[in-house]
Amino acid sequence: MTEISPLLILVAAIFTNNILLANFLGMCSFLAVSKQIDTALGLGAAVIFVMTATTAINYGVYHLVLVPLGMTILQYIVFIAVIAAFVQFVEMFVERFSLKLYHALGIFLPLITVNCAILGVSLFMIIRSYTFWQSVAFGFGGGVGWTLAIVLIAGLRQKMGYSNVPGPFRGVAIAMVITGVMAMAFMGFAGMVNIQ
Amino acid sequence: MTFLLPALVFGGILVGLAAALTIAERLLVNYGVCRIDINDGDRELEVDGGQSLLSALNESKVFIPSACGGRGSCGYCKATVLEGGGPLLPTEAPFLTRAEIRSGVRLACQVKVREDIRIKIPEDFLNVKQFAATVSSMKMLTHDMVEATFALDDPAEMEARAGQYIQITAPSPEGPVQRAYSISSPPSDSGHVQIVVRLVPEGIGSTYVHGLEKGEQVTFTGPYGEFRLNEDPEVEVICVGGGSGMAPIKNVVHTVLERWPERKCWLFFGCRGASDVFYLEEFEELARKHPNFRVVYALSAPEEGDDWAGETGFIHISLDKHLEGADPSRQAFLCGPPPMIEAVMGVLETKGLRDENIFYDKF
Repeated sequence: MTEISPLLILVAAIFTNNILLANFLGMCSFLAVSKQIDTALGLGAAVIFVMTATTAINYGVYHLVLVPLGMTILQYIVFIAVIAAFVQFVEMFVERFSLKLYHALGIFLPLITVNCAILGVSLFMIIRSYTFWQSVAFGFGGGVGWTLAIVLIAGLRQKMGYSNVPGPFRGVAIAMVITGVMAMAFMGFAGMVNIQ
Repeated sequence: MTFLLPALVFGGILVGLAAALTIAERLLVNYGVCRIDINDGDRELEVDGGQSLLSALNESKVFIPSACGGRGSCGYCKATVLEGGGPLLPTEAPFLTRAEIRSGVRLACQVKVREDIRIKIPEDFLNVKQFAATVSSMKMLTHDMVEATFALDDPAEMEARAGQYIQITAPSPEGPVQRAYSISSPPSDSGHVQIVVRLVPEGIGSTYVHGLEKGEQVTFTGPYGEFRLNEDPEVEVICVGGGSGMAPIKNVVHTVLERWPERKCWLFFGCRGASDVFYLEEFEELARKHPNFRVVYALSAPEEGDDWAGETGFIHISLDKHLEGADPSRQAFLCGPPPMIEAVMGVLETKGLRDENIFYDKF
């Protein structure tokens, strides 16, 4: 575990262990926002930032506070608390420095808090006993992988606007089908690298 | 003990996070004191940054109209922001025309004051004051229409023009809200303000007004409104009201007849049934005293058993029937529901009236 280079973990987090297509985490905001490429990119950027930073902070909180006190059972709620606080901070920051982006993201900025991919990445880091730099790489790669998946689907859904989708499949149903097919495609990367 | 310690640790972590957030907020969301320059130096205000332009102005006793109280749903609080207002927000765009956007018009309730800001507002608004008054009479005109008269305490007099409106502060579960009502008493009665309000089910403002009792204190700001009566006694005045739109119309009619008893004046009033008719006797009396004043009431939905000998149908049809000629200098004052305003304006245009001589309130 400790031998794998952070760079390899980063690449793996994007392709072979894509947090959305391989682990199916972070599906809800993905389905809601993936209708247009620009919104998808904007949200993706915010998620990358939050994921990387919270992974780093959670690593610190886990190893410097919870482990010495023997309270590792608290990791679930503590991680969520840290993520929520950090997203609040990001909101304040974005509102202060880029009002346009703040209003473009709208409700989706605070919704990043409940994106399970973010909690998932922090928990995986603990389960797989990553070191600090491995964790940061994993967080960053996870974010990039999530953004990649959401932008790809957004592109497909934009094109689908012109296709003749059968009645029962329109909307979320066809999006799920496409996601499934994309997940199968990404399975082609499986086994290339083992970061478990 | 096994439960206490983890709870304390978690609590401690939460406190730590809250502290960090508070510090961040202090640093990031702190805008300090900002200066608002109104009308190129006419007035300069120093306000706490971080609040909306509307609340910053209200705090400094500069009142601009707002029917929704800052929620961004009425579009009344327009002000021209010359600099310091930040980018146009998507919540403002639906209320502004492209020309307005280009000249920097913004909604004051959506603009956040973060730095020194320069704005332009109509001169009139700088004269708007906050009034404390006592209810001097409450009279029911129909089953759902009340005429409320307020005696002004402080300031004791209001300088208004015919057809203007006030904004009453009414209590609501979410805190005080502002509701706009036209003044039905003429400006000559400067120590009183009278309004006519229809009870709207679940309506915060109308429920409040209908519940007022003689002697109660009320607070309102005013006067607001763009109605401008032409002072030339040769100019014919046409007033059209629908339902509770009677208030400013009554104001304009009384003002006209008080100052120019011979002036040509029309009053068209539309409502649904005979039970919604009010002030008819008073106006018919006025018409007997002033031969050049004509009154036409029309019922759009007369009920069975109504003793109504007058006209029926929508008011704009009556307008079409009675108004003649194509005199372009005539002025018209309209108040009522938006569809009525649209229909009446269509008819007025066929009668030759010019846009700048037509005044209306759509609330």
